[in-house]
Amino acid sequence: MYNFEFEKPATVADAVAALGAEEAQALGGGQTLIPTLKQRLASPTKLVSLTGIAEMRGVSAAGGVVTIGGGTTHATVAAQAGAYPALAALAGNIGDPAVRNRGTIGGSLANNDPSACYPAAALASGATIVTNTREIAADDYFQGMFTTALDEGEIITGVRFPVPEAANYQKFEQPASRFALVGVFVAKYGAGVRVAVTGASEEGVFRWSEAEQALDHDFRSDALMDLDINPDNMIGDMHGSKAYRAHLVKVLTKRAVAAM
Amino acid sequence: MPKDHGIGASPKRREDIRFLSGTGNYTDDINLRGQAYVHFLRSDVAHGKINGINTEAAAGMPGVLRIFTGADFEGVGSIPCGWQITDKHGQPMQEPAHPVLAQGKVRHVGDPIAAVVAESAAQARDAAEAIELDIEELPAVVNMKAALEEGATKVHDDLTSNLCYDWGFVEENKPAVEEAFQKAAHVTTLELVNNRLVANPMEPRVAVGDFNRASGDSTLYTTSQNPHVIRLLMGAFVLGIPEHKLRVVAPDVGGGFGTKIFHYAEEAFCTFAAKALNRPVKWTSSRSEAFISDAHGRDHVTKIELALDSDNNFIALRTDTMANMGAYLSTFAPSVPTWLHGTLMAGNYKTPLIYVNVKAVFTNTVPVDAYRGAGRPEATYQLERVIDKAARELGVDPIALRRQNFITEFPYATPVAVEYDTGDYHATMDKLEEMADFKGFAKRREASAAKGKLRGLGMNCYIEACGIAPSNLVGQLGARAGLYESATVRVNATGGLVVMTGSHSHGQGHETSFPQVIAEMIGIDESMVEIVHGDTARTPMGMGTYGSRSLAVGGSAMFRATEKIIAKAKKIAAHLMEAADADIELKDGAFSVAGTDKSVAWGDVCLAAYVPHNYPLEEIEPGLEETAFYDPSNFTYPSGAYACEVEVDPETGKVTIERFSAADDFGNVVNPMIVEGQVHGGLAQGIGQALLEGAVYDENGQLLNASYMDYAMPRASDVPFYQVDHSCATPCTHNPLGVKGCGEAGAIGSPPAVVNAVIDALQSAGRDVTHIDMPLSPSRVWQAMHG
Amino acid sequence: MTQVSMTVNGVAASGDVEGRTLLVSFLRDQLELTGTHVGCDTSQCGACVVHVNGEAVKSCTMLALEAEGAEVSTIEGQAAPDGTLNTIQQAFQDHHGLQCGFCTPGMVMSAAALLKENPKPSEAEIRDYLEGNICRCTGYHNIVKAIMAASGQDVSAIAAE
Repeated sequence: MYNFEFEKPATVADAVAALGAEEAQALGGGQTLIPTLKQRLASPTKLVSLTGIAEMRGVSAAGGVVTIGGGTTHATVAAQAGAYPALAALAGNIGDPAVRNRGTIGGSLANNDPSACYPAAALASGATIVTNTREIAADDYFQGMFTTALDEGEIITGVRFPVPEAANYQKFEQPASRFALVGVFVAKYGAGVRVAVTGASEEGVFRWSEAEQALDHDFRSDALMDLDINPDNMIGDMHGSKAYRAHLVKVLTKRAVAAM
Repeated sequence: MPKDHGIGASPKRREDIRFLSGTGNYTDDINLRGQAYVHFLRSDVAHGKINGINTEAAAGMPGVLRIFTGADFEGVGSIPCGWQITDKHGQPMQEPAHPVLAQGKVRHVGDPIAAVVAESAAQARDAAEAIELDIEELPAVVNMKAALEEGATKVHDDLTSNLCYDWGFVEENKPAVEEAFQKAAHVTTLELVNNRLVANPMEPRVAVGDFNRASGDSTLYTTSQNPHVIRLLMGAFVLGIPEHKLRVVAPDVGGGFGTKIFHYAEEAFCTFAAKALNRPVKWTSSRSEAFISDAHGRDHVTKIELALDSDNNFIALRTDTMANMGAYLSTFAPSVPTWLHGTLMAGNYKTPLIYVNVKAVFTNTVPVDAYRGAGRPEATYQLERVIDKAARELGVDPIALRRQNFITEFPYATPVAVEYDTGDYHATMDKLEEMADFKGFAKRREASAAKGKLRGLGMNCYIEACGIAPSNLVGQLGARAGLYESATVRVNATGGLVVMTGSHSHGQGHETSFPQVIAEMIGIDESMVEIVHGDTARTPMGMGTYGSRSLAVGGSAMFRATEKIIAKAKKIAAHLMEAADADIELKDGAFSVAGTDKSVAWGDVCLAAYVPHNYPLEEIEPGLEETAFYDPSNFTYPSGAYACEVEVDPETGKVTIERFSAADDFGNVVNPMIVEGQVHGGLAQGIGQALLEGAVYDENGQLLNASYMDYAMPRASDVPFYQVDHSCATPCTHNPLGVKGCGEAGAIGSPPAVVNAVIDALQSAGRDVTHIDMPLSPSRVWQAMHG
Repeated sequence: MTQVSMTVNGVAASGDVEGRTLLVSFLRDQLELTGTHVGCDTSQCGACVVHVNGEAVKSCTMLALEAEGAEVSTIEGQAAPDGTLNTIQQAFQDHHGLQCGFCTPGMVMSAAALLKENPKPSEAEIRDYLEGNICRCTGYHNIVKAIMAASGQDVSAIAAE
């Protein structure tokens, strides 16, 4: 790692101020950022830890919405987001237990790794990403792998998930990293079904609209029988070809529906 | 009733206390006063010409003590290779130089170009980034077949080609083998890849060099399986330090699996730099660095053909392999695809005619050398896969086909130059059939089908040659070292013993198992015996731990030394009891005179040896300390039969291991608990090779999976509880303990069982899949199913 | 340099660190608690697992300054002051749950965290929980068995010969 200054503010306001410094970067749980720094792939002059900000931690449920503070760890979401069981289950299967004790939802969504789990949940749930300056709809938030609508220095303070009638997340793990080789989150709302896919696309998390339409029409896994997803934009690497990932998208979507 | 003491008991491991309480002493735990740190600037291209290295800016960075480049090592020796192969024309292999730091060219990603020594590791790395390199990238040689083509870019300009050697074995048998193939009723052919593996002991390599200017002595602390070998290779061939001025210490070592046998550039560098700077110099590898600097394993591309007569007897076997050496010859690399591979091609079968051809190839990749099993897994995999394929082609039961061709009489001289001393292959197969419950498989397959899964059952046999090795034999085969082992047994005045052994324990539990042997021999408690290993200053010249040799060779040396101790102690006891030497018996820690009630305790004899007031000084010297060097007369031949049951998810291609059973013949067993643990670990590595692992290079020579993010290590959830058995024991006939060795068996015997099981699962569902190359990742299995 | 203070195995500890100093470096290099190991640089192997405020974390993926004021426990603090191994450590020895010992500190610390959450885990739960702890020696068999035994479960039937 290159050296940097470290700051751990206690309020969002102080964090925003600290992030105003040149080349300053926010540090959530650090489970992705610290390994990146170790590889010397980033060189912030200042790291601003968000883990000391009490107002950014915690899970609450009211009015059919689960609200999670941006600094809440995966372990806490797994334990406390029982009002949205599929979300809690997803959080409980990110990384490993030690990673879940440090990694945060805000950090994950800000990073928008194309193989991360949370982006699928947020997009499939039509979640609202709440920052220190504004609220961003999930549909507007994810803008390609490692790219989001966040501005420089903007902090995710919380995420609001409307609780669906039913939901399920199917994760097929890449054998080495145990990230999602492909992950599919299906959420069924009164207004319609949303299907979000992570791990598969070179453009990051996306909604599979054809599947949504088919499921809106007939919410059974058989409804997906004749659907195929175009492999052209899929990721192809040593862990799976484009065609394999496209195939997995369909298999996992069917399994998610069958499990709901 | 299990034994609670001596040979055959399973006492708890004494070394566990320090490992469980965080008080182990691994090399990275060693910090010497005034120590500096080195960071190696490594090549990020696979092949390139070094036009310039500008260290000026880097040298002025904070904390930098000195920057070394290849120029500093002109006149210093090349990292040596310990084995010379003679090719099929009687010519020696091509052997390129291997400088400590690159000179003129870089030849693989990870090749060290410069070394920055600084006050802290971070400063060294900071400065390394400021070194300006002018490297002209050259085309990378990655694919072995392309590397051998006429006009291919050469990895080493001073060699005639990228061919290290073309080895034929046994060359004289070739015409007879060809003839047998002409006459065969059936020939089964299989082309396969034995995937390149990264050993990945959990402890990355570390080296700390130290120099004492007053005495002129150098010391190297290093993560090695064989400190004496490092002392010899580095002292005599690289740095020119006589052995009496060089000490090599390998303290607690966090796993080796072969990759810590070899002498590495970083060891020589730290020893050299410590003298140059008159300060200790430490290097700690990161895992990322380990992937591109630790020798890899396997990486064979093979075509094997099995000829059978009309009664399904194996009549001939022919195999053709390209073996990747990487960019340089690592310490034992040339021996792995030849003598550790070709000699095992008979397997458990009485195939009368065998011909093995191996072409070793230089490529712009990390050097490849021994990894757990080393050559024997490659032999076993191709043989047991081709037999399975033959059984399917012929429509016969794969177990019956194997049984029909088993060797049943011992000793048995194979057509590939080794003589098996003992074995009972039907016995281990019988045991396997019972353990693995083959009878219940059909029902389990139905249960899997009900869940939408395809269940497969695969099995195989294996044999290995270990207890490495008879020195006169390996000398004829090109080894540049002896492969004996040594032990000094020192009895203290009050009766306790210290064994100084050349064997090195890095997980094998010698500190617990070796005392069991002595406790049995003398009839004392194990707690009276202490094992010292891993320090050239404290142990006699020994060759270390690999090739499942520690107990068979090192244990035998200890046994011989202890025999000498007992013989001398009997003389002392005879004197004390005024009896004839020949009448003295040793039992339960006491000497007695046969046919009388006269007795003297072990401790009293030991005391007399050191306080020789009443002592036969005219006949024997005082003291009780003996050394033995044991050189085995043959290899040992553990064997066994393994079975694997898998479930395949036909929608995703994911394979899960549902059962794994291993019936081994290790001969006599000293500590069953430790033996079973060795098998468990080997199985996980074999399952890892079969399903998960495999280093992947792109066409530019970049290692694509150079971290645990992409190189899939077996996790707890990838493996089941294993069933293991070692009750079928045919003791080795030529070492005093009757032991054979167990460290590599699991890794040798398991990959074919896994692959055979997956093929069985797919074929049971009507898929015409006859082979899938390892690792059988979900995507590969799915791809195979969907053609 | 910034001063950091924390409690390690019940003892107050402080030292001067850089922003980039990892918790594991602080433990190993400054406090000389070398039982916590580093086996990778991508947060996967788990040789560095310690407890921070009672929760298992990877000390190679946490800055020392992030542990300011925290209660940290490491493998060195697991046995009783007289050296008697705790239940988990003892089960690892009893069931040969370690070979080279390098991954062992992390395994023991992860096992302790598991049993705190789930006092009687099933085999599958143990294997799942150990996703972030890699062992290259044991094939996991005896580690899983040791953790089951440490939780008071009868393991005599596992892989009976």
